[in-house]
Amino acid sequence: MTNTIREIADTDFILAAGTNTTESHPIISIQVKKAVRKGAVLAVIDPRKTEVAGLAKYHLRIKSGTDIALFNGLANVIIEEGIWNENFVKERTEEFEAFRETVARYTPERVSEITGVPADVIREVARGYAKAKNSTILYTMGITQHICGTHNVFSIANLAMLTGHIGKPSSGVNPLRGQNNVQGACDMGALPNVFTGYQPVTVEENRVRFAAAWGVKDLPAKPGLTVGEMMDGAGEGRIRGMYIMGENPALSDPDANHVVHALEKLDFLVVQDIFLTETAQLADVVLPAASFAEKDGTFSNTERRVQRVRKAVEPVGDARADWEIICLVAAAMGYPMSYGSPEEIMKEIAAVTPSYCGISYERLEKGGLQWPCPAPGHPGTGFLHAGKFSRGLGRFHPVEHVPPDELPDEEYPLILNTGRRLYHYHTGTMTLRTGALEVAYPEEYLEINCADAGKLGICDGDRVKVSSRRGGVEVAVRVTEMVTPGLVFASFHYPEVAINRLTNPARDPIAKIPEFKVCAVKIEKVS
Amino acid sequence: MENVTLTIDGREVTVPKGSTVLEAAQKAGIFIPTLCHDPELSSPGACRICVVEIAGMRNLPASCVTEATSGMVVYTDSSAVIEARKTILELLLANHPEDCLTCAKNGECRLQDYAYYYGVWAGNFAGERHVYPVETDNPFIVRDMNKCIMCGKCIRMCAEVQGNNIVDFAYRGFNTKVAPAMDTSLGRSDCVFCGNCVAVCPVGALTEKAMLGKGRRWEMKKVRTTCPYCGTGCTFDLNVKDGKVVGVTSTDGEVNGRALCVKGRFGYGFIHHPDRLKKPLIRKDGKLVEASWSEAIKLVAEKLGAVKEKHGPDAVAVLSSARCTNEENYLMNKLARAVIGTNNIDHCARL
Repeated sequence: MTNTIREIADTDFILAAGTNTTESHPIISIQVKKAVRKGAVLAVIDPRKTEVAGLAKYHLRIKSGTDIALFNGLANVIIEEGIWNENFVKERTEEFEAFRETVARYTPERVSEITGVPADVIREVARGYAKAKNSTILYTMGITQHICGTHNVFSIANLAMLTGHIGKPSSGVNPLRGQNNVQGACDMGALPNVFTGYQPVTVEENRVRFAAAWGVKDLPAKPGLTVGEMMDGAGEGRIRGMYIMGENPALSDPDANHVVHALEKLDFLVVQDIFLTETAQLADVVLPAASFAEKDGTFSNTERRVQRVRKAVEPVGDARADWEIICLVAAAMGYPMSYGSPEEIMKEIAAVTPSYCGISYERLEKGGLQWPCPAPGHPGTGFLHAGKFSRGLGRFHPVEHVPPDELPDEEYPLILNTGRRLYHYHTGTMTLRTGALEVAYPEEYLEINCADAGKLGICDGDRVKVSSRRGGVEVAVRVTEMVTPGLVFASFHYPEVAINRLTNPARDPIAKIPEFKVCAVKIEKVS
Repeated sequence: MENVTLTIDGREVTVPKGSTVLEAAQKAGIFIPTLCHDPELSSPGACRICVVEIAGMRNLPASCVTEATSGMVVYTDSSAVIEARKTILELLLANHPEDCLTCAKNGECRLQDYAYYYGVWAGNFAGERHVYPVETDNPFIVRDMNKCIMCGKCIRMCAEVQGNNIVDFAYRGFNTKVAPAMDTSLGRSDCVFCGNCVAVCPVGALTEKAMLGKGRRWEMKKVRTTCPYCGTGCTFDLNVKDGKVVGVTSTDGEVNGRALCVKGRFGYGFIHHPDRLKKPLIRKDGKLVEASWSEAIKLVAEKLGAVKEKHGPDAVAVLSSARCTNEENYLMNKLARAVIGTNNIDHCARL
């Protein structure tokens, strides 16, 4: 997030795109509701009628995968009506003319045809967003999980720069991140192209510095594979050994049948987890790890706040903290790695990571710190890009609408969208074993619109087989107005309804994110 | 900002203009009991337990809704104040079960604390009592409306913090009770079970179901930590007894205040679930069997080393985890790059 979560409450206009905030980020939704109670205008872009859409003044129920057209359309209106921030564009950005030319083609009428959102609504939302004192954009995977995910984000950034709604409190571009420490995992270099703090592996100076810090001769220069590419590599025999810590790709990744086959082909698979997950069941070695309650450390949240995780109880059985296990593996592979505590590891992180330089356990005892925190006395950074963007001038990226990779046809006439439910989390490994959450919400259902249910002769509670070109699952249906005709929805929380057997592994060429939000499916009633 | 100076129990106190008498007293470290007041919520001034005596005022005003003014002279423990508070407590106890022996909130109950502090016994007023069935039809919260003192904090928490307006006062007079629409149960209402009402209930009317019978409140060691679910980063206290996590309770988090969601507050049962992996497993003859740590680690190092040796470091791939700590992800990045020698490291950021 460019901003702090609590700043949302003080914003005047919220544009929430592809975020089921009340279910996926309940505590952030509290700030959204607070803003609305204080008079902020909320516009929600989502094909589903989510709870947060119910709170909105404008619900833009776009056709799946037409976000770029919509954002370009909003920019078109803002430029056409002369309500863009000329000073901001002049002083803080570049490449505006190319952007202007592109969005000139996205008139509200044309965008309305592509997205299904009425032209007058596009105009009203554009005016509201541009003219409000503070406007903020919230988004999640509804924006990013498309083959054009990166371009979707560009189109959002374009809009924020066009109006100058960035670089100040309560105004910005705010992706709400899904996992407790997905921000931290990225910050810590658990990505194929960067060391910690997003220092590219392709820059020689970085490699030299890290090699010196780690006491090795040299480090690999070629960016590695993303998770989807790893699975392809395993399937094709290029990847022979895999070490998986705390992930369950057999359920969470697209085209899950393919993922399972790929993992089965490996010469060697080691999985380190707290439960025998669907992925761990395929492993050659399974290492029992400690849960968050059984170890010390830090998580970095979606607003870049680094906070302490504290050990409350001893690990169950012979389980060990993940950091201890990694040290054992490294030592056994001939690289002594010995740390007395996570605090020592954080000292090393701060030494090699400019944005974490000022972060220490001593300071974290007094409260969390938001990076960039470049020096021991630095208070941390609440909102980003004040006065200057990280790269200097903000660059407009003109982007064009592209349809999703797989659209419905005669054989597979419906669009499947996937996501999360309030009561469960990811592949259900934890939430299906709490003694409470799974009691309240014991099984998954497929949302289907009344019109489609009527055509198929399906009633609420009926069991159906939903399948795509890649696989199928059986699931009960819920007939609901949550989804539009032609759209069905299910979560990926339940092993019994492994919906990712159906999803499309087609990826965004830049971020390599799969298109979870759109694939073509058919439904047959199970007798 | 303009300040005002007033006298409380003979002590001069200076506070910003607009502060309440209660806030002024709290600033000076002078005790005033409260039941319906909460600094994060609006103040109805309903329970009257915080009454004080103010020179020149005819009645005893509620300090939580009385603005401190310059020159005001306040007494927080005059005999009139103490008598009023005792009477309020006697009236509350007249319609409250005397089951502190078994009540889950024993030791963390304001009614109990104040009755003890003021030496008030139940039984001074005899009369009708409510006999409501205890509501246990959901897996998260037990509602015992017999213990409710009508402070209304749960109502305001739901409306003003959670923003869901699930409960409100229903009926009138003695029959007034806190209820969801149509006086149904929480389980049948639109409640999302964030449990934020439980976090502010000053008595035993709202309790965490899974914590019942798991230990007295004073036996719990509270360990402040960060929630393991979504990316919001809420802070909460793990309640630990005899080496086991037996509950989650709110604390004052930088991100979330006292608010949590259903997963954060009630989703901790996995920690001690019998399915937890307790020993390393090695596949032998197609089956995963228990092994020692040294055997398992040796095998991992040998096998990953062999792949590296035979096919090069880029034939190895590492999936790190958005669920693990920064320190662990950092070490995984070091293991992949410095030990194995590959940039094939990623995690589920895109999922």
